[in-house]
Amino acid sequence: MSAHATQEAPNDWDFPAFAGDHEHHEPSFIRKYIFSTDHKMIAKQFLAVSLFFLAAGGTLALMMRWQLAFPGQPMPVVDFLPSTMAPGGIILPEFYNAMVTMHGTFMIFFAIMPLLVGVFGNLLIPLQIGAGDMAFPRLNMWSFWLAVPAGLLMLASFAVEGGAAGAGWTAYAPLSADGEYTGVYLGQQLWLASLFILGFSSIAGAVNYITTVINMRAPGLTWLRLPLTVWALFITAILVLLAIPILAGALIMLLTDQTLGTTFFLPETGGEPLLWQHLFWFFGHPEVYILILPAFGIVSEVLANGARKPIFGYTAMVLAIVAIAFLGWIVWGHHMFMSGMNPVLGTTFMFSTMVIAVPSAIKVFNWLGTLWGGNIHFHVPFLHAAAFVSLFIIGGLSGIFMASTPVDIHIHDTYFIVAHLHYVLFGGSLFAIFAGITYWYPKMFGRMMNSLWNRIHFVGTFIFYNLAFFPMHGLGLEGMMRRLYDPTQYGWLAELQPWNVFITYSVFFLVGFQVIFFVNFILSMWTGREAGPNPWNANSLEWSIPSPPPHGNFQTIPVVYRGAYEYSVPGHERDFLLQNEPPDDAAKRRPEPAQRVDPSGQVKDRGGDQ
Amino acid sequence: MNWLLEPSVSTFGPEIDRLYYIILVITGIVFFITQFLLVYFLIKYRKREGRTAAYTHGSTRAEILWTAVPFVVVLMLALISKPVWDEIKDPALFPEDAYEVTVVARQFEWEAQYAGSNGEFDADDSFTVLNRLHVPVNQPVIVHLESADVIHSFFVPRFRLKQDALPGRSIPMWFEVTEPGEYELGCAELCGLGHYRMDGLVIVHTEEEFEAWKAERLAAAGGGVTGTERAQAMTGEESR
Repeated sequence: MSAHATQEAPNDWDFPAFAGDHEHHEPSFIRKYIFSTDHKMIAKQFLAVSLFFLAAGGTLALMMRWQLAFPGQPMPVVDFLPSTMAPGGIILPEFYNAMVTMHGTFMIFFAIMPLLVGVFGNLLIPLQIGAGDMAFPRLNMWSFWLAVPAGLLMLASFAVEGGAAGAGWTAYAPLSADGEYTGVYLGQQLWLASLFILGFSSIAGAVNYITTVINMRAPGLTWLRLPLTVWALFITAILVLLAIPILAGALIMLLTDQTLGTTFFLPETGGEPLLWQHLFWFFGHPEVYILILPAFGIVSEVLANGARKPIFGYTAMVLAIVAIAFLGWIVWGHHMFMSGMNPVLGTTFMFSTMVIAVPSAIKVFNWLGTLWGGNIHFHVPFLHAAAFVSLFIIGGLSGIFMASTPVDIHIHDTYFIVAHLHYVLFGGSLFAIFAGITYWYPKMFGRMMNSLWNRIHFVGTFIFYNLAFFPMHGLGLEGMMRRLYDPTQYGWLAELQPWNVFITYSVFFLVGFQVIFFVNFILSMWTGREAGPNPWNANSLEWSIPSPPPHGNFQTIPVVYRGAYEYSVPGHERDFLLQNEPPDDAAKRRPEPAQRVDPSGQVKDRGGDQ
Repeated sequence: MNWLLEPSVSTFGPEIDRLYYIILVITGIVFFITQFLLVYFLIKYRKREGRTAAYTHGSTRAEILWTAVPFVVVLMLALISKPVWDEIKDPALFPEDAYEVTVVARQFEWEAQYAGSNGEFDADDSFTVLNRLHVPVNQPVIVHLESADVIHSFFVPRFRLKQDALPGRSIPMWFEVTEPGEYELGCAELCGLGHYRMDGLVIVHTEEEFEAWKAERLAAAGGGVTGTERAQAMTGEESR
C-alpha cells in the first residue's frame, strides 16, 4: 500500500544523501562518528557500548563464580578492589549481591537488549527495506545518546557510598524500596534513574523502527516479502513501545518510595509489595520476548542462507512471532507462582504459559524444516545459528517444567531457573547475536572476520557454555537456591560443591574463549579480507549495495520483486536471487537498475557522491 | 548430574515428583527427536558439489500437525497439573484436622510461634523457637507464614514445599510429613546480605515425642519468660 505510493512519488526528501547530492559535503568528525544521524553509525555506536557492557557483565559473572566455587577465598589477580567490595580480594556478601544485581542489569538492559534491538534494529531495518535511513534520524541519534548517560549512571553506582544496587535485577520491594534493608541508598536510586533514562532511549528507537517499517519500505516490498529479521524487529519495537512505559511508571513509584516517603510498595503504611512484582513482570515478560524475537529473526535469516533453501513456512514463522507477542502479555504471573498471589491466578497463568510454548515449537520445527533437503554451507554465522536451535530447544523444554505450577514449587528460585534463563538468553539470544555479528560484520565494516579464529571461538563457546550451564539444572533439582553468596552454608548444598567448582572452571574457559572473539572483532577491521557487496550470496536488499553502504545506502530506491528467501530457485543459474534482481522478462523491458552492484566489488570510491 | 529427585517425605511430594517425571519423559523424547533430526540434517545435507537444495516453501499439513500436537500435549500437562496445585495451594482444600503454627521470617532468621495450652498464640504459655520448626509426623500442619521486613521464601526441598513470606500478609501453607527426622529449611528469595545463611531445620517428631516436647516447652514458657511477657515488660503493662 504505502510501498506503491512510494513508487509513484519517489520521496527524495526522505533520503538526505540524494536530496543533497549537489550540496553534500564530508561531515565533520563529530557529525560522522559522535553525533551521527546515520543509522549504520548509530548501530556501530550501540555495538561498541553493548559489547563493553557484555564484557563488564561477564567479568562480574567470573567474580561471582569464583565466590561460589571457593567461598571466602581471596580472588587471584583481582586483589585491588576497595575494602567495601572485596578487601584483599575476598568478596563481601553485600558486594556479591551488588554483582548479582548488576550482572543481570548489565546483560539484560545494556548488552543483550541494545545488541539485538539497538544494533540490528538500526543496522538492518533501513538496509533491508531499501530505505536511506530511519524515518527520524535525529531522534535515532538521541536514542543512542540517552543510552550513554544511563550506562554511565549505572556504572557510577558502584562508586557511591553503600555501593551498587543489591536487590537483584528484579528489584523486589520492599528490599529495594527502603535502604534500611540493604544498606544501599544512592546506589539503588541511581539504578532506578538509569533504567528510567534508558527507557526513553528504547522508546525513541521503537517509534523510529515502527514508523520506518510502516512507511519506508521500497516499492514492491510487501509485508509478506519482508525478511524475518524486519518482522521480528518490527514486532519487538511494538512490544518495547508498550512495555517500557509500564516499567517507567513502576520505577518512578519505587524511586518516590525511596526518596519522597511514599509507600506504594511498603506494607507497614498500607503499601503492597506484590504490586511491584505485578508491574515489573507485566513489563518483564514482554521484555523476555524483546530479548528473543530479534534472535529468531537473525537465526531464520542465517539458517536459510546456510542451507541455501527458502525458509520453511514463512507465513507460519510470521504468525508465530505475532502470536508470541500477543501471548507474551498474559503470562507474567508465572514469575509469581510462589509469591502469595491467589492460587487460582496461578492456574490461569499456567494455562497461558503452557500455550505460549506452541509458537516457539512451531519456530523450531520450521527451522528444522529449513535444513531438511538443503545444501548446507557451514559458515561461521550458520554454526552459531544451528547451535542456537539446539540450545533454544533445551531452554524451551526446561521452561515446561516451571510452567507446571506443582513442579515449579520445587524448582522456583533455584539454579534450575538460572539454567533455563541462561539457555534462553545466552544459548539463545547471545548465540544469535554471534551469528548476527559474524554475518553482518562485512556489511558493517567492509571486511570479513577471521574465519579460523571465529570457528575456534565457536567450538570453545559451545562446549564450555554447555559444561557451565547444563549441570545447573541438576543443582536446581537438588534444591540449590539462586543468588546465594555462599552455598556451603547449607548442609545439603555443601555436598554439591564439586559441581560448583566444575561450573566455575567451565565459566573461566567460556570467558577465555570470548577474548578470542573480541580480539578477532577488533583486528579484523584492519586485517580482514575485503568482503565485497555480497559475501554470503544472500538475497535481501543490503547485499545488493557496497559494504559498507555509503551514506544514504541506495543510489536509487530499489524495486523489490520477491521475498528474501529465494534460494536455489530451479532454472536460475545461481543458488541465490536478490530481492531486487528483475525477473528475466522484466529485465528485457527495464534498464538495469542503478543499484546493481559493480561486479568488481569496488566499493570504496564513490567519487563526488560522498 | 542427576535427573532423579531425592525421595520426598511429604504426602503431596510424590504427586509433584510424578508430574516432574511425566514432563521429564515427554520433554526428553522431544529433546532426543529434535536434536537427532538437527544433527542428522546437518550431516546428511552438508554441502556437496553438484547438489542442489530442495526448492520448497513449506507444507501446510506439516504446520497444522506441529501446531496441533504440541498444543494438545501442553494442554494435557496443564490439566494434570491443576488438581495437584489446588491440593497443595488452595486454602479451601486444606486438611481440617491440622496442627497450626505461625512462622515469622525476618532478616535473617525464622521464628516459629507456637500456641499456648489453650490454643491461643498470645497465651501466657505460648512460646517461640528460633530457626527450628518442630512438627508432628503423619499429621497435617498448617503454617501461617509472615514476614517482619522483606520478602523471604520458605523452602524445604525434601517436602517439595516453597512459599514466599510477604510483609503485611499472613499466607497459609500446609504439609504433612511421612517420616520423622530433621529436614533442612532455606530461604529461596534474595532478602539481603545474610540471605545465604538463613538456614533452619524442620524437626519432625513422632506423635508421642512431639507431645512430650510441646509439654516441656509449654511448662517452661508458662513459668519462664515468654515472648508475650517480654512484650508486656517492655510496655510496662500488667496482665490479668
